[in-house]
Amino acid sequence: MSTTMVAVYIFTLACFVGYHVIWGVTPALHTPLMAVTNAISAILVVGAIIVAGSTHATDSILIQSLGFLAVTLASINIFGGFVVTNRILAMFKKKS
Amino acid sequence: MELNTDVFAFAYLVATTLFIFGLKGLSHPKTALRGNRLSMAGMGVAIVVTLLRPDVHNYGLIFAGLLAGAILGVPLAMKIQMTAMPQLVAALHSFVGLAAVLVAGGTYLIHAQEGAVSPVLLIELVIGSAIGAVTFTGSLVAFAKLQGLVGSAPLVFKGQHALNALLIGGIVVLSAVFVGAHSATVFWAVTAIALVLGFLIVLPIGGSDMPVVVSMLNSYSGWAASATGFTLNNHLLIATGALVGSSGAILSYIMCKAMNRSLLNVILGGFGTTVEQAAASGTAKACKAASTEDAAFVFENATNIIVVPGYGMAVAQAQHAVKELYEALHHKGVEVKFAIHPVAGRMPGHMNVLLAESEIPYDDVLELDDVNPEFARADAVLVVGANDVVNPAARTNKSSPLYGMPILDAYKSKMVYVIKRSMNPGYSGVENELFYHDNCSLIFGDAKKVCEGIVNCLKAE
Repeated sequence: MSTTMVAVYIFTLACFVGYHVIWGVTPALHTPLMAVTNAISAILVVGAIIVAGSTHATDSILIQSLGFLAVTLASINIFGGFVVTNRILAMFKKKS
Repeated sequence: MELNTDVFAFAYLVATTLFIFGLKGLSHPKTALRGNRLSMAGMGVAIVVTLLRPDVHNYGLIFAGLLAGAILGVPLAMKIQMTAMPQLVAALHSFVGLAAVLVAGGTYLIHAQEGAVSPVLLIELVIGSAIGAVTFTGSLVAFAKLQGLVGSAPLVFKGQHALNALLIGGIVVLSAVFVGAHSATVFWAVTAIALVLGFLIVLPIGGSDMPVVVSMLNSYSGWAASATGFTLNNHLLIATGALVGSSGAILSYIMCKAMNRSLLNVILGGFGTTVEQAAASGTAKACKAASTEDAAFVFENATNIIVVPGYGMAVAQAQHAVKELYEALHHKGVEVKFAIHPVAGRMPGHMNVLLAESEIPYDDVLELDDVNPEFARADAVLVVGANDVVNPAARTNKSSPLYGMPILDAYKSKMVYVIKRSMNPGYSGVENELFYHDNCSLIFGDAKKVCEGIVNCLKAE
């Protein structure tokens, strides 16, 4: 099996996992769900680090800039997303 | 070396698992906070492990980027008002979209320098960049609409769908050209067309359809991450992106179902612009107006009442006034429940968050299916800034554009009070039949002031 085919397998199975996990989320928490998936989709930071950290980035200002900006944007999402989700969920917790 | 790659792959698997458990935590408010911490741990593992990769250098640059993100992101998240959550989410989606474009561009340049480009990689790159670009500009438009920077009315012009089809065609053709003879110019050209397409896709969609748009863009941001994972052959990105992608897709489905419309119908846009004639043709009927004293008197003598909040509550920042009303009535022994329609507000779960912010216990906040049987035995209903979601025409009037949409059965209760700023029809442009029912009275005014007025009357007695 080629590496691409392995990737397709993983993608497909992850969609099924996502489908089942997300249907279990209570509608009252749909806003924090969006906020946390915002933070999680910033897993792109891994790709951004790989681009910014590449040896090619060392000698190319363009690649450096692309990588740096991507890391920054993903990082805003990670910090912003998790912090705001925490804030919202704390509001739900207070009343129990 | 072989061992090393397996160690990295295993750590990424741990991160993926943490994300899955993190999302699972959201199945109940009690486990949600712990779930969020698991997701944070997953992200921490992913970042640390990536930094340890042998092919990662330039730590100064990377740490500067991470730090800049923290400096910008944390205060933003701490200060944002809960009524502005939809805007924040839209803005964050746009960042993910742009990051996906940048990563795809960077990856392409790196591979081009190494001379290691295969057709499969080129296809993956161009898909990743295009999805990212659509997410980016689409989210910018959604943000501008939610923030009120541009009008929330649907922007429709002639030939819109033909133009979109043309752009999609252009993306497909140029992508094929890019795969055949890869050049940076063609890559950026495809990305540019996708940027324009993102603008055009969201422009025609009106304010009340924003819950669908925000969910859809949420989904795109996940697919963008997945596509990037394909280009980097990184299974963590592929799996995590797929989780987010399916989450957004399910939310879009739930929102569309709650409006009895298809996703295609929402995306094609323009809802709310074509039905004005239908509304205007209605004969002049009489509806009753009531004062805050009238409502206070009825509520005070009721055993149980139901409050239906809508976007108007968010606009008027009335959630704290609503909480005061809740407490004043509780004090007098009246049972108060809240009824939430899935598309109330501008994003999924918007009302729940506002009520949670004002510290209303979530046990008293009910979803559509659970609360609908309760209306018939409710002594009174108070509608705060909602309109279409309580319009009985959705059940009874086959010619209404709302027909078939699931609604909250407010009309079945003994008395209904609707707080309204004016007699303007709701977003759909459809007149609300509820207003002309014998058991319905309108209280004109700002949602916050009216709620405070009712509370003052309750306290005065």
